[in-house]
Amino acid sequence: MFEFLSVLWFFLIFILIAGYFVLDGFDLGIGVLSPFIAKNGEERAILRRAIGPVWDGNEVWLLTAGGALFAAFPNAYATTFSGFYLAVMLVLFGLIVRAVSFEFGAADPSWRKLWDVCFFVGSLLPALLLGVAVGNIFAGIPMDAIGDYAGVPLLGLITPFTLLTGLLGLVMFLAAGACWAALKAPLPSPLQERAARLRLPLQVIALVLFVIVSVFALGLVGTEMDPALGVLRWLFAALVIVGLGASMMVGKMQGNDLKAFLAQSVAMIALVALLACSMFPTLVNATADSVGPAITIFNAASSELSLTCMTIITCIGLPLVLAYHVIIYRTFRGRVKPEDLQH
Amino acid sequence: MEAFADVALLSRIQFALTVAYHFLFVPLSIGLGLILAINETRYYRSRKEEDAAATKFWVKVFTATFAIGVATGITMEFSFGTNWANYSRFVGDIFGAPLAAEALFAFFLESVFLGVLLFGRKRVSPKFYMVSAWLVWFGSCLSALWILIANSWMQTPAGGELNAAGNEAVITDFWAAAFNPSIFARYTHTVDALLIMGAFVAMAVAGWYMLKHRHSDFAMKTMRIAAVVGIVTSCAMIVFAHASAVVVWEEQPTKLAMMEGQYETEAPPLYAIGIVDEENQQVIAPFAIPGGTSFLATGTFDTEYPGLNDLAQTEEYSDMVVEDMPVGLVFQSYHIMVAMYGLIMITSILVLIFTFKGGRIRQMRWLQWLAVLSPLWPFIAIQTGWITAEVGRQPWVVYPSVSGPDGVSLLTVDGISMSVSAPELWLTMALFVVVYLILLIGWARVIGRFIKEGPVVDGSSTLDCQLGSDAVAEDVVVEDVVVVAEDAAAKGGE
Repeated sequence: MFEFLSVLWFFLIFILIAGYFVLDGFDLGIGVLSPFIAKNGEERAILRRAIGPVWDGNEVWLLTAGGALFAAFPNAYATTFSGFYLAVMLVLFGLIVRAVSFEFGAADPSWRKLWDVCFFVGSLLPALLLGVAVGNIFAGIPMDAIGDYAGVPLLGLITPFTLLTGLLGLVMFLAAGACWAALKAPLPSPLQERAARLRLPLQVIALVLFVIVSVFALGLVGTEMDPALGVLRWLFAALVIVGLGASMMVGKMQGNDLKAFLAQSVAMIALVALLACSMFPTLVNATADSVGPAITIFNAASSELSLTCMTIITCIGLPLVLAYHVIIYRTFRGRVKPEDLQH
Repeated sequence: MEAFADVALLSRIQFALTVAYHFLFVPLSIGLGLILAINETRYYRSRKEEDAAATKFWVKVFTATFAIGVATGITMEFSFGTNWANYSRFVGDIFGAPLAAEALFAFFLESVFLGVLLFGRKRVSPKFYMVSAWLVWFGSCLSALWILIANSWMQTPAGGELNAAGNEAVITDFWAAAFNPSIFARYTHTVDALLIMGAFVAMAVAGWYMLKHRHSDFAMKTMRIAAVVGIVTSCAMIVFAHASAVVVWEEQPTKLAMMEGQYETEAPPLYAIGIVDEENQQVIAPFAIPGGTSFLATGTFDTEYPGLNDLAQTEEYSDMVVEDMPVGLVFQSYHIMVAMYGLIMITSILVLIFTFKGGRIRQMRWLQWLAVLSPLWPFIAIQTGWITAEVGRQPWVVYPSVSGPDGVSLLTVDGISMSVSAPELWLTMALFVVVYLILLIGWARVIGRFIKEGPVVDGSSTLDCQLGSDAVAEDVVVEDVVVVAEDAAAKGGE
C-alpha cells in the first residue's frame, strides 16, 4: 500500500504541475506578450479582462503543488526550495508584483506605467525560471549527505541545458498566451489578428527547442530513466509534437481558436507527462559529484498514514476544484465584448 | 558582528517581517469580506441602486487588499522550504497536509468566486452573486482554519510521534493533530479579532464620510452594520481570549511566565502596565493585583505557577537559557494587546449607543474622529497578539507543550536551511523591504482613491438599476418643481 501511495503521489504532484502549466501558463504568457501585442489602453484592457476572472485561481495550482510536495515528499520540497533559494525568490517576487499590479494597474492611472512594467517582469520571471528549475531537477544537482544543495547559489543552476529548458518553458507559455488571446479577443480586431499570427512562429520555436532539449537530455545529460516507462515516453514525446503540429494546422484557418488552444494545451500536458515518465521514481536527480543520493519517492515520501490522509483530502477536494473551474470558465466563456470592459 | 552572519537570526527576522506584513492585509480581507457579504445581502433584498453601489465600493476595497494578501501569502508558503528546510524535513509528515488542504479547499474557492464578484455582476443572477460574496468570505475563514491548524500544531503538537531515527515527527492520528489542544481557542480568538478589524475599518470609512458630509446615507448604513458587527465580535472576544489564555496556562508554561514576566515560582499577579527588568529578573510596576492572573486562569488567587528559572531546571525546558529569553518583548506585547482590547470595547459601546440612539453620531464630530482612528486598536492588538504568541514560543519552533508527545519538539535554530547563506538572506531581505514598501504605497494610493470616489451610483450594475436611476431622476424633477413653486410663491409675495 505504501509503495502504491508513493507512486500515486509522485504522479499527482506532476498532475498538479501540469494543471499549473496549462492554466497559469496562458496568463503568464499573456503577461509577457501584453506589451508587444496590445497597442493601446483598450487592447490592454481586453487582455486584462481575458484573464481577469481566472488568473488567481490558475495560480492556486502552483500553491497546491507546493503544498502537496511539502506534505508528500518533505525532503524534496526542502531541498529544492532552499537549494534554489535565489531563483525561488525571484519567482516569488515575480508572482507577488504580478498579482498586485494586475489589480492596482487599472485603479491607479498615474502609476499605470510602473504597474505595467511590474506585470511584464512579474510574468517573465516565473515563465522563464520555472523551466530552469525543471531542467535542474532533471539534470541533477550536487547535494550533501542530508540532501542540502551543495553547489554555487543561483549561478550554479544556470547551465546550457537548464537555460534551454527555461527557454522551452517560456516559449510554451508564450504560445499558450497567444492562443488564449486569440481565443478571447473580439473578432474581428487587430489585437485578435496579431495574437493569432504569433501562434505559428512561437510554436515552431517551441518544437525546435523541444527537439534540441530532448536530444540534449538523452545524449549529454544522460539521466537514467526507468526502462519500463520507455513506451510511454515515446508516446508522450510524439504527443507533444502532434499537439503542437495540430495547433499550427488548425490555427491557420479562421474560427479554430478554441481548437488551437486545446491542442496547445495537450502538448503542454504531454510535455509534463514526458518529464514525469523520464524522472520516475526520482524527484531530484543528483549529479555525479554529489555526496548525497538522488531524492526519490523511496527516501523522501511521507509515512503511509500521512499519504493516506492526503489521498482522502484530494478525493474530497479535487472534484470541488474541478467544479469551481467549470463554473468560472463557463460563466466567462466567449470572447470579451466591449461592454465587459467596464465592470 | 556575529549578528550579521547569523543565519538563524536573519531567517527569523525575515519571517517576522514578511508574516507581520502579510498580516496587515489578511485581517482586512477577512474582516471586510463579512461587511461586503452583508452589504450584498442587503442589496439582494432591497434591489436599490445605492446598495449595489455600496457593494461595489467594498468589492473594490476588498479586492485591492485581497490581492496583496494573496501575493504576500505565497511568501509564507514558500518560506518553509526556502528558509526553514530542516524544519520542513522535521514536520513535513504532519505539517504539509494542512497547507495542501488550505490551497485545495480554501484558495480555489476564494479566488474563483472573487472572479465572479469582480467581473460577474452582469453575467450571473443576483442570487448567485450574493452567494459568491458569502463563498469568498467562507473561503477566507476556511483558509484561516487550515493555516491556524498548522500554526497551532507548532504550539501544541499532537497526533504524532518521533520516528525511530529521531529526525522526523511522524503522524499517528490525523484528527488529533488537526484538532490539537489549542486550535479551537486560537481559531476563534484570531478570526474574531479579524472581524473586529473589518468592523472598525467600516466604522472608519463611515466616520470619514460623516466628517466630510459626503455619502451620508451610505455612511449611516455602513455605521449601523459596523456597530452591530463590532459589538457582537468585541463581546464574543471576552470568551475567546479567555479560552486562549487558559490553553497557554495549561500547555505552554514558559510562554505564560514570559507574558507576566514571572521568573520565580509564585501565584502570578496581574499587572496593567509595567517594565521588565530582565537583568535583575523582576517586573517594575506601579500597582499589581496579587494572584490576579492566577484568579483569571483558575478562579483562585493562590494557585502557584512555575517561573522561568524553575522551568529551565526541568528536562522538558532545559534548552531554554533564561538570560536570553525576550521576556520584556512578550510582556509588553501581551499587555499592549490587552490595553487595545479596552479601547476596542469602549469604542464599540460608544458607536453602538450613538448610532442607534436616533443616529446622534451624525452630529458628534469627536465620535466620528474616534471612529476614523479606531482601526488602529485592532491593528495594534492583532500585531502584538501575534508577537506574544510567536515570540512567546521561543526558543522552540515546535513547542514541547505539556500534553505534547515525547520528543516532538524542535529548537528554532535547528530548523534553518543549511544551504542558504547570510549574504543571500541580506539580499532577499533588502528586496522584500523595497518591494513591500512599493506595494504598501501603491495599496494606500488605490484605497485612498476608492475612498475619495466613494460608492458611485453609475446605473451600470444591473437591469434593475435602470429603474433605480429613473427613480432618482424623478426625485430630482420633483425637487425642481418644488423649487420653482417656492420661487413663484416668493415672487408672488413680493
